[in-house]
Amino acid sequence: MSQFILHKENTRGHANHGWLNAHHSFSFANYYNPERMHFGVLRVLNDDLIDGGMGFGSHPHDNMEIITIPLAGAIAHKDSMGNSAVIKNGEIQVMSAGTGVSHSEFNANAGEQLNLLQIWLFPNKKNVTPRYDQQTLDVAARHNNFQQILSPNADDAGVWIHQDAWFSLGNFDEGFETEYKIKKAGNGVYAFVISGEVTINGQVLSKRDGLGVWDTDSISFKANTAGAEVLLMDIPMELN
Amino acid sequence: MQTTILYIGRDTEITVVMNRLLNARPEWKGICVCTDDEAIEICQTHEIDLVLLGNGIDAICEKALRAKLTGLKPNLKIIQHYGGGSGLLYGEIMSALN
Repeated sequence: MSQFILHKENTRGHANHGWLNAHHSFSFANYYNPERMHFGVLRVLNDDLIDGGMGFGSHPHDNMEIITIPLAGAIAHKDSMGNSAVIKNGEIQVMSAGTGVSHSEFNANAGEQLNLLQIWLFPNKKNVTPRYDQQTLDVAARHNNFQQILSPNADDAGVWIHQDAWFSLGNFDEGFETEYKIKKAGNGVYAFVISGEVTINGQVLSKRDGLGVWDTDSISFKANTAGAEVLLMDIPMELN
Repeated sequence: MQTTILYIGRDTEITVVMNRLLNARPEWKGICVCTDDEAIEICQTHEIDLVLLGNGIDAICEKALRAKLTGLKPNLKIIQHYGGGSGLLYGEIMSALN
């Protein structure tokens, strides 16, 4: 029997710093909710709005798989590995922090707001050599399809990370129905609605709602509105 | 009353950040070191409420360090710190202390 947990949009943590308007699906920074510490290895799901030209100065990370998905605008990234890049909507960035890395992240455009999802997963091994990658995605390939954008395998579609996780993005027409099969036995799925309204396993989800499902090998999906956009995170439920 | 937190991590830059973050809150007193010998010495000479294991500590060192520290203080809480002084720190510490 599958189990689920529903995180409605308005129950997320919220911090408005002026230049940064952040919503946290899980405990982060000064938002602490013992009921919202993680879903499996998914530890952070931040939905950040960043004013033009503003951002996070150089700061360190370690032992975390950090995935950034710009939803609108572009982010300028620099890190201690020598990478300097701009990642825009339609692209994905991944950083394995491992033994330690410093980076800065700024809105690359002075006159445009940046909206990004930043997702942190616990890694399946500690103290790996830090690495960085980014990829341009074929946005058309996710029309009425869960397009894989991340996996554990370097030779598979999308970017790869040090975790048995698969991420997919889809953009759906109203009424489109499908089933998503979980990639690895024991994994769960955390679905995050980027826009529109969908029904997953009978639960109606609106924009920015999240639904975690586990103890199952598949989930049912239906788009209730045109242009519904959803991120699926297929992740281990056990911490390594 | 302050909670004294000992952080051990191999990366000097992260250790400096951790020291700043832990000591920025009046309810916490942070002591941050990079070596196991320093950590053991601190544990012998200070009352420590919580130990955070940071980056770069391999499995063998971690096992030995846990054994040594809990040998000195059997009820000592030792947790893994992820993220390098990032947004996870407050939640980790609150969870450990509660």
